[in-house]
Amino acid sequence: MGLAAIMWQEYVYFKRKFWSITLGSMISPVLYLIAFGWGLGGGMHGGGGDYINFIIPGIVGLTTMTASFSAIGNSINISRLYEKTFEEFMVAPLNMWVYAIGKVVAGAFRGLYSGWLIILLALVFRTKIDIHPYFVLMMVLNCLTFSAIGFTVGILIKSHADMAKFSNFIITPMAFLCGTFFPLAKMPFLLKNLIWLLPLTQTSLGLRSRGENIWNRTMHPLILVLYFGLVLVLGVHYCKKAE
Amino acid sequence: MLVIQDLTKQYGQITAVDHLDLVVNKGEFFGLLGPNGAGKTTTIRMISTLTPLTSGQIAVAGQTVNRNLTEVKRKIGVVPQHNNLESEMTAWENLELHGRLYHMPKKSRRERIDELLEFTGLVERAHDLARTFSGGMKRKLMIARALMHQPELLLLDEPTVGLDPAVRRKMWDLLRNLSQGGLTVLLTTHYIEEAEILCQRVGLMNGGRLVELDTPARLIKKVGKVVVEYFERGETKGVLFETREEALALAAKLAGSVKIRSSNLEDVFLQLTNRRVGE
Ligand SMILES: Nc1ncnc2c1ncn2[C@@H]1O[C@H](COP(=O)(O)OP(=O)(O)O)[C@@H](O)[C@H]1O
Ligand SMILES: [Mg+2]
Repeated sequence: MGLAAIMWQEYVYFKRKFWSITLGSMISPVLYLIAFGWGLGGGMHGGGGDYINFIIPGIVGLTTMTASFSAIGNSINISRLYEKTFEEFMVAPLNMWVYAIGKVVAGAFRGLYSGWLIILLALVFRTKIDIHPYFVLMMVLNCLTFSAIGFTVGILIKSHADMAKFSNFIITPMAFLCGTFFPLAKMPFLLKNLIWLLPLTQTSLGLRSRGENIWNRTMHPLILVLYFGLVLVLGVHYCKKAE
Repeated sequence: MLVIQDLTKQYGQITAVDHLDLVVNKGEFFGLLGPNGAGKTTTIRMISTLTPLTSGQIAVAGQTVNRNLTEVKRKIGVVPQHNNLESEMTAWENLELHGRLYHMPKKSRRERIDELLEFTGLVERAHDLARTFSGGMKRKLMIARALMHQPELLLLDEPTVGLDPAVRRKMWDLLRNLSQGGLTVLLTTHYIEEAEILCQRVGLMNGGRLVELDTPARLIKKVGKVVVEYFERGETKGVLFETREEALALAAKLAGSVKIRSSNLEDVFLQLTNRRVGE
């Protein structure tokens, strides 16, 4: 019942903001496709196949990441620090787990929505994109993980500026480095291994994993689930104490 | 209905609430009166589980209050001091969300929304976004929202602050109607008139402590029923008296403009805290 209440609210919000959400989430992927696909991509080759075909899964990964993260992060942060509507949920007879899960799932839906938009765009740009159940699984897990990160960051930060800081120092670097626009193999050894541990790297690898061995294909979702679980537990823990 | 025992809240060096003991009876309209910074909001926030206690205990209907005990939270309705409506949702949607969060079945939810929109006079604006509302309408919607799930205890934190006098009077009528339904109300205010008009008992709060607790009438009687106000050396002075005769005796000795009037809660407050309300 509590879960339904939170999802209902997100649905009302989505319906009201449909066009601004839809158009807003298409801008940066279109720019990436133009800049890296048409502009740079003409003659370049990376990771086998045409460059544009290489970067599409990367763009799916990074866009679903930012969409989920900021949908939920901003919603919590505005609700806590600006509109104070967070209080309404804290006062309600609502288990904080239910609140967290409702918000995170709603954020993941927002990520998935923008994911499907890119896939549609990619088809318009006539790229080759291979969608299979494992691809969808990775996309869903990526959305859930970054939605949970958005939730926890939204609960922990002390000001709007902190949210921007987190985006600048954590989210944006990940968007470019985690195997999204170029393969990890091109990086120096130490850095490569550090970056391999980041959740978005697992998504990038997973989204392109056709042909990888079963061990790797098990690791990718497992690592994401681990991140998701840890971050969510942390978020709920602080939510129970948030003022 | 509400039992507060030895409640303290410390913000670093500041003691916002200082060993507060208070009992509010079932069906009572109780007022916490005090100047800004007295600790009223902190007290309300602790009862509604928004702020963790430093020490002490709060119980509502015999149950200890805690963020993670959902049963007791259902018995409480809260109208905070600041606006916390969902601004991008309509009045109707704000109430609907609340009803859903409090597990109300669809039918009773919808009936209650209609009833409360009627009660607060917001029927015509039901489907407008909350951010388009005036201050008074937002406050009314917040009251409607707090009443949605039929709480046993209603917490009102300065419900008329920032409203113009005409709207404030309308709000008082609305609030008076509430207590007739047997609801227990805890209201905070720094308007003495408000406490005098609405409350059966008043607790005077200052510096996080309860300095006095009684009915408005008895508090007034305690410090004197009659005030002589006069102007001397650049400031207005007031002296309180038990009887009109004593007051007249002083007034006769004074030169210049002298005013004799009945005392009110403001005089009580001044007398007890040596401080003008709101200063
Ligand atoms: N979050 C907070 N952090 C630090 N001090 C606070 C906080 N909230 C309130 N205070 C302090 O506690 C005291 C009581 O404040 P408050 O309860 O808001 O008073 P009132 O509602 O009676 O005006 C004030 O001195 C205020 O500065
Ligand atoms: Mg206050």
